Amino acid sequence: MRRIKGVVFEYLCLVATSAALLLLALLLWDAWDKGAGWLTFRFLDSFPSRFPEQAGIKSALWGSIWLMLLTALISIPLGVGAAIYLEEYAGRTWLTRIIEINISNLAGVPSIVYGILGLALFVRWMMLGRSLLAGALTMALLILPIIIISSQEAIRAVPNSIREASYALGATKWQTVKFHVLPAALPGILTGNILALSRAVGEAAPLIMIGALTFIAFTPASPFDPFTALPIQIFNWASRPKAEFQYLAAAGILVLLALLLTMNAAAIIIRNKYQKYIKW
Amino acid sequence: MQQVRELAIEKALFLCALISVLTTLGIVLVLIFETLSFFEEVPVLDFLTGTTWAPTYRPQHFGVLPLINGTLMIAVGAAVIAIPLGMASAIYLSEYAGARVRQTVKPVLEVLAGIPTVVYGYFAISFITPLIREFVPDANIFNAASASVVVGIMILPMISSLSDDAMRSVPRSLREGAYALGSTKLEVSTKIVVPAALSGIIASFILAISRAVGETMAVTLAAGATPKLTLNFFESIQTMTAYIVQVSMGDTPYGSIEYRTIFAIGMVLFIMTLLMNIASMWIKERYREVYT
Repeated sequence: MRRIKGVVFEYLCLVATSAALLLLALLLWDAWDKGAGWLTFRFLDSFPSRFPEQAGIKSALWGSIWLMLLTALISIPLGVGAAIYLEEYAGRTWLTRIIEINISNLAGVPSIVYGILGLALFVRWMMLGRSLLAGALTMALLILPIIIISSQEAIRAVPNSIREASYALGATKWQTVKFHVLPAALPGILTGNILALSRAVGEAAPLIMIGALTFIAFTPASPFDPFTALPIQIFNWASRPKAEFQYLAAAGILVLLALLLTMNAAAIIIRNKYQKYIKW
Repeated sequence: MQQVRELAIEKALFLCALISVLTTLGIVLVLIFETLSFFEEVPVLDFLTGTTWAPTYRPQHFGVLPLINGTLMIAVGAAVIAIPLGMASAIYLSEYAGARVRQTVKPVLEVLAGIPTVVYGYFAISFITPLIREFVPDANIFNAASASVVVGIMILPMISSLSDDAMRSVPRSLREGAYALGSTKLEVSTKIVVPAALSGIIASFILAISRAVGETMAVTLAAGATPKLTLNFFESIQTMTAYIVQVSMGDTPYGSIEYRTIFAIGMVLFIMTLLMNIASMWIKERYREVYT
């Protein structure tokens, strides 16, 4: 009897685990089934339109790429800098402790709250308006905790003997960090940063907050231009009742997922490639 | 010269670390400042105990309870789906699965966790809602059930991954002791490993529910825009996050009372998720079994 119960339980757990995998498959299949037919070159190279047959995601795709690059430019130096400070410089003081608790709390703040901050701080107070720069700054703050935490882990994994060898040869602290710690931690840092950026690419809520949900029929030319982004365009189409727009949303999802998949694959390749070379 | 340089670099790096504190400060200050000016026009008590949320109609009503009710419905609905499934798959991954299965399933769960929430929203309206309406023909086209299901799917990887980590950190000797006393694998899993890892497991539940509370795009797309005090999952409702999105999509004039509602609601949302995150961290630290 106890044995039978055990077997039943094992199968229940197996079913629950496969349910998660099945749901993922179902979700992808649903998007593919409805969207694949609409995924043409014309779709990638057209601006949004109220006629579904003419609508495309050119402005959203370019907006997302712009946004990703700007967010990376802002958040990576700040995040890696903060991680270096916390791992290499900071003493175990109350201030360090507060900063670390604060970072793990920030990682749990809902993305829409960052949107509220972005709206008040960047759009209104700094008067950046509904521009790419305001969006990128908001996104940078949103992913900063993830960047800091993952970079810290990568830096922590560098063994102390490397630092001590560098000091023994007379290097200063910054020289040690710049020439030894950072290069050794770079693959880990890159992987973490790419994954953090992929989060930013998929976020819609903070961008809607700062007012990026508008009809945009041009590609941005500077950080001060208004913009739209892939998740927002998908949201816009998905919220329309007409069936054709639902298919457009599905096609947009395929493009977004392809973009995210590429980023994730890049992160994994970097991790695997360098794991082979670095052996302590 | 070199010393000056070294010191300057250290200070610059310190400023980078300080940005995170400034971000929190910025969020708190913006929310407090705008919420206070909201409360100059709407009494705090009316806001917290009012049962009607109608900021755009005359007479205006600013009772936040319907929105909180909507948010809690989604959180509870998502938890009902994600906790049993997530726990079962965590037990499977940690206690039953071989190393190869684990190494395949875990990354797939991470993919599930990395899918943008707007995609889940689309999945809700294109797949889950029609499915629900097959079984419950009366269900509104926007309903809390559909949104709960996808939010549940969304937080599932978090529960199974974090609980799996917690269970795997239970030392082997505990399991072997129970086996030596004649326990079956089921008894070891449910009576030894789960209780031993309980603090980590509960912490993962709270963290996942806090994620469900803050979820925005899926509930905006699938749950509707009708602030309502109801417990019927097949009706259209509105969550706090969905309301914030609704206001910021419209052309609400800057500085108006409707504009300020964003911040008051944002404040409630921020406090709720912050308390849950702190509780999760506290439980994990406070009730951690220490094995030496």
